[in-house]
Amino acid sequence: MSDIQPFLKELLSVPGLSGYEAPAAKIIAEKWRPLVHEINTSKLGSLHGLRRGTGKESRPSVMIAAHMDAIGLMVSGIVEGGFLRVTAIGGMDGRVLPGQPVTVHTTSTGNREDLPGVVVQPPAHLLPPEVGSNPVPLEYLLVDVGLPPRKVDELIHVGDPVSFAQPPLELTGETLAGHNVDNRASVAALTACLEELQCRPHVWDVWAVATVQEETSLIGAYTSSYQLRPQIAIVVDTSWAKGPGASDWNTFPLGKGPTIMRGPNIHPALHKAFKELAERLEIPHAVEITPLHTGTDAFATQVTAEGIPSVALGIPIRYMHTPVEVVAIKDIQRAGRLMAEFIAGLQPDFMEKLSWDE
Amino acid sequence: MPMIGNAQIKLLERLCNASAVSGDEGEVRQIVLYEIKGHADEVKVDALGNVLATKRARRSDNVSTSLSESPLRVMLSAHMDEVGFMLAADEGEGIFRFETVGGVDVRQLPGKAVIVGKEHLPGVIGARPIHLVKDEELKNKIPLENLRIDLGPGSTQVKPGERATFATRFQRTGPSVIAKALDNRLGIATLIELVRHAPPDIDLLAAFTVQEEVGLRGAKVAAYAFDPACAIVIDATPANDLPTWDSEENTAYNTKLGLGPAIYVADGGMLSDPRLVRHLMATAEAEAIPYQLRQPGGGGTDAGAIHKQREGIPSVSISVPHRYSHTAASVARLEDWKNTLALLHAALRRITPELLARERV
Repeated sequence: MSDIQPFLKELLSVPGLSGYEAPAAKIIAEKWRPLVHEINTSKLGSLHGLRRGTGKESRPSVMIAAHMDAIGLMVSGIVEGGFLRVTAIGGMDGRVLPGQPVTVHTTSTGNREDLPGVVVQPPAHLLPPEVGSNPVPLEYLLVDVGLPPRKVDELIHVGDPVSFAQPPLELTGETLAGHNVDNRASVAALTACLEELQCRPHVWDVWAVATVQEETSLIGAYTSSYQLRPQIAIVVDTSWAKGPGASDWNTFPLGKGPTIMRGPNIHPALHKAFKELAERLEIPHAVEITPLHTGTDAFATQVTAEGIPSVALGIPIRYMHTPVEVVAIKDIQRAGRLMAEFIAGLQPDFMEKLSWDE
Repeated sequence: MPMIGNAQIKLLERLCNASAVSGDEGEVRQIVLYEIKGHADEVKVDALGNVLATKRARRSDNVSTSLSESPLRVMLSAHMDEVGFMLAADEGEGIFRFETVGGVDVRQLPGKAVIVGKEHLPGVIGARPIHLVKDEELKNKIPLENLRIDLGPGSTQVKPGERATFATRFQRTGPSVIAKALDNRLGIATLIELVRHAPPDIDLLAAFTVQEEVGLRGAKVAAYAFDPACAIVIDATPANDLPTWDSEENTAYNTKLGLGPAIYVADGGMLSDPRLVRHLMATAEAEAIPYQLRQPGGGGTDAGAIHKQREGIPSVSISVPHRYSHTAASVARLEDWKNTLALLHAALRRITPELLARERV
């Protein structure tokens, strides 16, 4: 398997706010093109790559899906002095915003133009007295792009997306930090799986899918699973890693393998198959209990059309939904290998034996 | 005449990207020593790490000032240090507790990238995932004791005691620059240019000081050592020229971006010498250089320590206005920096011993 780190680093360097995933999709398409037989884009912008299986025509297909969109901000107003008001796209803790370098993406000149800026926490005396030294609510934060008000009015409009500008960082122990590790890490895992499948014959067709708008509505997963209608959906997303600020029961060690989720979103037979496979191959892993919504695209794929048996893998990351999420590269490679092994083992009659027995 | 061109902006970039947290100013000191090499008559590094450079007057026959008088000894001071962090305790696997050094608002820390130690090793200050945060927790700031610097699980070489600072890289946009530590690399870059282009009629005593952010400690001993006739401190001051939440007039803006260098009349640490204030204002008027008067109020500069040294040293401060001081990303206008340098150079060309011989009114 080739080293997936440079690809992930490249992916972490481009924006791709929910609904504005094109910059990420472009890089993923370039990477996937030699790894698949066919590639296309859904009406909403999800990327579909097909690797044909070796089985007879009208083969069953398995979808491996990871969302490529990222949380961020959006311009909600332009105020006196050329400052921007912003609102959140996706789940955002406003407390990570003050002082954060950002990029405002404008299209007023016809092309996409990226303007650097910074999220501003105004001094206490310019805020309602009750704010004091408490966290400043998002509604009072500003973005400063360092341009004169006239220029701001000309270039920036309400609705322009704003992404974190944090470049990827190589931390020690083969880890990467960045602002959209959730969920580019999982896109890298799909890519690792596709690479592994280059020399592993598989009977089933494989649809690799980079979905859109997971952070807001799972809409890419709903629509692509409907369009491609796979027999099985394998979803990869990020999970919470143990670390500073997170030691809860549902957090998992960084670098000790992906999680295999278990709960009502997950087909129990698929969970069992993945668990047994990981054990047999001695791939480090953990079982992640998800008593309700998995918080992943599997929530959508499971109830698409007549229902699609779904399973979800989690890649533990630290500081999820901050600009400095941290992932261990080997967890990505392990998730990729686990999927490839599962896919290579899929027989034509697999679905006939599949039943929901907890 | 000193100018701000691409070479000076490049120098500012290197200065801003360097790490020089109070008490560990070595990286900026090296840049300063290199940049002023050959431009001063005497350069030394003192007991605390201040760089003290002397550029003596070069008298020529056509100078109108009385030859019997010794040249005016003018101290110019700018601090090299920046606010930041110090690693306090190793918790294993590359995770460190840390303390803040200088005035840092803890609300500016979650979710930031930092650089650690002389090698600028990358690290991050994370936060609990929003999904796990209870609603009532969101109302409280994340206290320092809950924050960590994370260098990754393979880290072995880093030890408590290392300094860390924000990892933000300098960039230009339109008329502005965005960088960390513009307070006070703007002042350092300005003072380097003044040493390189020292006016001929004064003894220019340049102090690149340490530990301003933790109590004006370098300036105190630098002023003693130089024993100047007067001092001008070059710093960077906040421009709080933001809209208010309720659209009322912002009456306490301190300074405004784009209006030129800010001259101090009174701050939290001192009252400026009125003769020096008027000299700066008169110079600006005469040379048509934009300037503004910093609103009297809190805050302060190295002048707070310098003016009390020995028998007392008439002092004033002049700052480049900049927004978001002591955060990961400050914003300044290149034009304000250019005008600060122009005003200082003109004021030094025009200053005479007579100015200080006048009554202090």
